[in-house]
Amino acid sequence: MTSTLTPARKRSALTKGQLPKFAPYVVLAVALVLGAAILALIGFNAFGWGLLSAILFAAGLVGWSAAVEGSRKAKDKLATCLVMGSFLIALLPLISVIWTVLVNGIPGIITPGFLGTSMNGVTGVFDNRAAEGTGAVLGGIYHALMGTLQITLLATVISVPVGLLTAIYLVEYGNDRPLARAITFFVDVMTGIPSIVAGLFAAAFFFAIVGPGTKTGAVAAVALSVLMIPVVVRSSEEMLKIVPNELREAAYALGVRKWRTILKVVIPTAISGIASGVTLAIARVIGETAPILVTAGFATTINNNVFGGWMASLPTFIYTQILNPTSPSNPDPSSQRAWGAALVLILLVMLLNLGARLIAKSFAPKTGR
Amino acid sequence: MTTTSLTSSRGAGRAGDKVFSGAALAAGCLILAVLFGVALFLLIQALPAFTAPASDIQGGKGFFAYIWPIVIGTLIAAVIALVIATPVAIGVALFISHYAPRQLASGLGYVIDLLAAIPSVIYGAWGAAFLASQISPAYDWLADNMGWLPIFQGPASATGKTILTAGIVLSVMVLPIITSLAREIFLQTPKLHEEAALALGATRWEMIKMAVLPFARPGIISAVMLGLGRALGETMAVALVLSSGALTASLIQSGNQTIAAEIALNFPEASGLKVNTLIAAGLILFVITLAVNMVARWIISRHKEFSGAN
Repeated sequence: MTSTLTPARKRSALTKGQLPKFAPYVVLAVALVLGAAILALIGFNAFGWGLLSAILFAAGLVGWSAAVEGSRKAKDKLATCLVMGSFLIALLPLISVIWTVLVNGIPGIITPGFLGTSMNGVTGVFDNRAAEGTGAVLGGIYHALMGTLQITLLATVISVPVGLLTAIYLVEYGNDRPLARAITFFVDVMTGIPSIVAGLFAAAFFFAIVGPGTKTGAVAAVALSVLMIPVVVRSSEEMLKIVPNELREAAYALGVRKWRTILKVVIPTAISGIASGVTLAIARVIGETAPILVTAGFATTINNNVFGGWMASLPTFIYTQILNPTSPSNPDPSSQRAWGAALVLILLVMLLNLGARLIAKSFAPKTGR
Repeated sequence: MTTTSLTSSRGAGRAGDKVFSGAALAAGCLILAVLFGVALFLLIQALPAFTAPASDIQGGKGFFAYIWPIVIGTLIAAVIALVIATPVAIGVALFISHYAPRQLASGLGYVIDLLAAIPSVIYGAWGAAFLASQISPAYDWLADNMGWLPIFQGPASATGKTILTAGIVLSVMVLPIITSLAREIFLQTPKLHEEAALALGATRWEMIKMAVLPFARPGIISAVMLGLGRALGETMAVALVLSSGALTASLIQSGNQTIAAEIALNFPEASGLKVNTLIAAGLILFVITLAVNMVARWIISRHKEFSGAN
């Protein structure tokens, strides 16, 4: 069908046997129209239209190319279509997730008191009333937000010194010794530890040291540190490695000791990369659910003591509100709160990611002096 | 602690050097100790489950009868995730490294990294609330038309909360991991090889087939194995999406369970021997993922030595 579209005008001998430049656009337009027409017969939906049009586009372009240019060029076109198609497929879940969270989360987040109250005293009775329309959706995420911030802060306080010092050891003192190689290898292996195993480790550790059933924010922070340290080590190591050796040699030549060289020359040069790496590591652990679930339990009240008592966090709040709604007969208010919390969590993670990029840009060492 | 000696006068320098290098060494050793401790403490807390009489373990048939179905379930979910994610991830990585315009490439890479930034619990919530209900008609179709295959045996779950849905959600989560590693490897392909292929008249696809993919094969294998490690240990996506049950061959019925989800669902309320059983399950998961990750890292490190010649 498409071969009739080949233009009749004279072609230069050099471009003979090639598709014209506008060929993809023509095929795309035909595919879109044809896809819409076919779906109009069997019932229209946007997803099916996109899918059908994409298949028609690929088939049309490859077929046309095979007829005009031969099988090698046609295979090339097919590969291009598949590669671009896989990128579009990868975008689908991203858009879908963000859209779902936005649509479901905005009603939750604009409820009065959502950010400022905890779930203390909010029972199924209130949720039933809210579902009947005789009361507002009560309760909020203040306790979970505070818990998340405290646990993450403590995990950062533990991880950053350990991670940074390890990176310094690997780059400045390691010299490819067996120990340094072993640390590099096991740090890589540690990045692959399942988050729930990190949680179980912290739980088992504190069960053995403090006593069975110990669940506090601090245990969760230890679990998160296990996940965070390898990320900090890797990113800091990369950053320290790219500090030019001339800077170190200049400092040594002036008689500066090694540790002062590291503190005053190497780290300030690499600080932007290290800071952005740490921010990304925080963004990674702030959304971890499983390790907190098995180490800090879940609470409905505000607990500002990381060393005592169960503690709520945003991810576990989402998890429990979805899996065990406050009112089992009317799960809607609970799921509204869960999606609101999900929106807050996604915003936190995105802000941290954005912050990491800004830090990397704005604190980058000034070169050319 | 070392910064206080910054201002002090001479003589402090040598001590500072010792303290600082000692601290750096200690931090490095701490990491090894932590990894060792993970194994040790899991083993200590898991021992009662291994030694307890068979009738005391959940299910009443001993620990291995309890763990065996969920190990298989974990593998099924991970394999589904990899089968879906690997071709797409390689395509995306090729798109970013060899097809997209140079100015767009880094931005597109960042978009894919966003997929990795979204917390797993949100993927789980999305899978349970959106994907499961959207995909269940497709399961009905599979049950009607492909039902003769044991893996698509009907009747399909009405809610769509099946191991296949969980696998699809997992595939979204491992996609950015495989993509970012494969992209790095593709970008390392020697430029001369690519240009030689193009100069001999190869099309772009032939160039990729002849120069890029053979060069990147070990890297792709290790990227897939790292993705496997992530898929094996991922908890929330499965815990929220899958309505679990006994081991079944059909992927579109509710049933099956993974180790990580089993722990997350039961640990908060567990007490006594049940805690030890779950920690033992965690130990098994740890050993499996550790083995997978070590093999993957070993392939990468071996590959590094070879690529040093370029």
